[in-house]
Amino acid sequence: MADKASGKSGDSPHTGDNRPALALHVPEPRSRPGDPVNFADVDVGAPGDMPRPDEGCAPGDMKDLAYGLVRVLGDDNKAHGPWDPKLSPDTLRTMLGHMAMVRAFDERMFRGQRQGKTSFYMKCTGEEATSVSAGMALASDDMVFPSYRQQGILIARGYPLIEMINQIYSNKGDKLKGRQLPIMYSSREHSFFSISGNLATQTPQAVGWAMASAIKGDSRIAATWVGEGSTAEGDFHSACTFATVYNAPVILNVINNQWAISSFSGFAGSERTTFAARALGYGLAGLRVDGNDALACFAAQQWAANRARANQGPSLIEYFTYRAEGHSTSDDPSGYRSAQEREEWPLGDPVMRLKNHMIAIGEWDEERQQAMDLKCAEEVKAATKEAEKNGILGHGLHHPFKTMFEDVFEELPWHLKEQAAQATREREIKWPDEHPKDGAGK
Amino acid sequence: MSASDVKNAAATSEQAQDERRINMIEAINEALDIMLERDPDTIVMGEDVGYFGGVFRATAGLQEKHGKTRVFDTPISECGIIGVAVGMGAYGLRPIPEIQFADYIYPGLDQLISEAARLRYRSATDYIAPMTVRSPFGGGIFGGQTHSQSPEALFTHVAGLKTVIPATPYDAKGLLIASIEDNDPVIFFEPKRIYNGPFTGFYDKPVEPWKRHKDSVVPEGYYKIPLGKARQVTEGEQLTVLAYGTMVHVAEAVCADKGVEADILDLRTLMPLDIEAIEASVKRTGRCLIVHEATRTSGFGAELSALVTERCFYHLEAPVERVTGFDTPYPHSLEWAYFPGPVRIGEAIDKILKD
Repeated sequence: MADKASGKSGDSPHTGDNRPALALHVPEPRSRPGDPVNFADVDVGAPGDMPRPDEGCAPGDMKDLAYGLVRVLGDDNKAHGPWDPKLSPDTLRTMLGHMAMVRAFDERMFRGQRQGKTSFYMKCTGEEATSVSAGMALASDDMVFPSYRQQGILIARGYPLIEMINQIYSNKGDKLKGRQLPIMYSSREHSFFSISGNLATQTPQAVGWAMASAIKGDSRIAATWVGEGSTAEGDFHSACTFATVYNAPVILNVINNQWAISSFSGFAGSERTTFAARALGYGLAGLRVDGNDALACFAAQQWAANRARANQGPSLIEYFTYRAEGHSTSDDPSGYRSAQEREEWPLGDPVMRLKNHMIAIGEWDEERQQAMDLKCAEEVKAATKEAEKNGILGHGLHHPFKTMFEDVFEELPWHLKEQAAQATREREIKWPDEHPKDGAGK
Repeated sequence: MSASDVKNAAATSEQAQDERRINMIEAINEALDIMLERDPDTIVMGEDVGYFGGVFRATAGLQEKHGKTRVFDTPISECGIIGVAVGMGAYGLRPIPEIQFADYIYPGLDQLISEAARLRYRSATDYIAPMTVRSPFGGGIFGGQTHSQSPEALFTHVAGLKTVIPATPYDAKGLLIASIEDNDPVIFFEPKRIYNGPFTGFYDKPVEPWKRHKDSVVPEGYYKIPLGKARQVTEGEQLTVLAYGTMVHVAEAVCADKGVEADILDLRTLMPLDIEAIEASVKRTGRCLIVHEATRTSGFGAELSALVTERCFYHLEAPVERVTGFDTPYPHSLEWAYFPGPVRIGEAIDKILKD
């Protein structure tokens, strides 16, 4: 009786009846460290195969788009089908340039963390198209509510590298005053919302911003990015519900990079359906896109942006991609997945594919590519050196102590004034030699 | 009509104007109406608040008057309500979401605690969350354990949130307007037991309507009561009573019943807290009783007790006492056994005053 009350059970609670015993399914990824990798079961369709419905299409009339895969770039490096956004060569070069810059930046910052210049970094290697290309399809004043791997949007919007590095180093030049974990950027000027770190919270916020824009009769739309793993959060369900209820001018971008730290997408429900198919239950337009195809990413985001801007409704886009590196500097992916996955990924690398396309259409060549890569590396290096003048994490060049207590509220209440005085006293005891003139002053 | 008749009629009308008496629901409705009128960026939203006007009628008539993009119903999703309010604030609106019962607020806690409360800080003022979350709280209406809770201490524990609790119609209107205009997120808990009358805790006596209470005289139009200023309810030298919401009226009635001259402070806002008024009163009386309806352990009374002890220790003539709800869920049938009413308060007063 005590066991029953506490929920404990013996070997089999129903040995006496003839119903089959139930079994719990715990998802298991296709490969673990050392396993051979075979993606043959992943149906990626063919470039150019998916139809491009009218942007005002009813969600129920475009169900196939939530299960197929919108692809433009083929193995022949040509653009195929109705989703080809037909971008000008100059736009393609800009896009490739931003993607190359993101990759160069990631390389340098990752190394900086390993060198002890900061506590943390997150690369987006392999996913550059999902933020750079998709972000470029929006207007520069459309509001974005990113997750933590969308540095490509900031770079595409021209946010200065030095500001990013100041933030990553949490130094005295950091506009966020050293309060946020590295890469949790914020820039109102670039219509880029403050990154939280709590997952999926940005999704209903994006919907709320879009609702506000619609209430005011504005013309700007909102877009948010969320990983496939965190679509399991209740916030995402709230976002989808509010988006459809108010027909909000918003785009919900789900980056399905297969891995949420060490948990494969099966733990977010990928074994039995697609993430784009979630859209159908809500009455949202659902698109599933090759996330390593820069042209498809642009085209899908442009389609959804046109739809939202014309008051035709919200969209949910799944970008099918692969997280080529670890989740962050804090995990080693070789401990939970096969290193071969990256090599075998059936949709290749987004930077290489765009580059090869541009070469194939005669708008680019290897020499220019090399020169561009070199230029990106040099720009990042110069910005890093400049940012280091403002200090690196843990080397004293931080914001003044009093800023720790500012902005909790608009005005400083009495209890924070008392605590600020305490912090100042402690500082004089702990670091009596610290020089005020270096910016770390009182 | 003689000249003196005209004069008298004018005086009566003036008096009627001065003496306009309304209940707390009407006061809240008026505050919302005024702010919707004054500030085109305000938005009222929540479950059943639109066409129907709210389950307690706090938003009655507002949708009809201000339109359905200013006052509207939402899905049953507190996470979504607070989440979209954060986004609306980032856009530049000043949302006033309603959570139908304080007991329902928990699905919205991550959006309140991790998002609204920290947005100004984490973005270094790039973005703020100037929302006022209205929610009826507290027991005494036979709401059972999911329509009676007083979760204020969960919010005062969060850096970046303000917590406001009115105890009269006059304060409800002035504090709500101040909360809406405040640029920080405010949790505005409305003691639903006193929506229609100042309940004194003597549950077997007939309920007095607000009409007979002096603080139901509410001026028409706009006025504000600053956040962080306590209200002196009664003046007395025997002891200080710190209370808020419904318990202000209960404490006042018990002191009157016992003939105790108490310095009763209605705190009005728990964050920011009027520490000056608390210190001044306790240092004068030397005795302090704290009353709240919420559960005892880690309740806001613990914070008040600690502050009074830290700041007034050498003025105290008796240990600080707390009268609170019990550390159980709010029971349905035994509501009045749970409620920190006259017996519990009376015992504590006797204990504080005995030496």
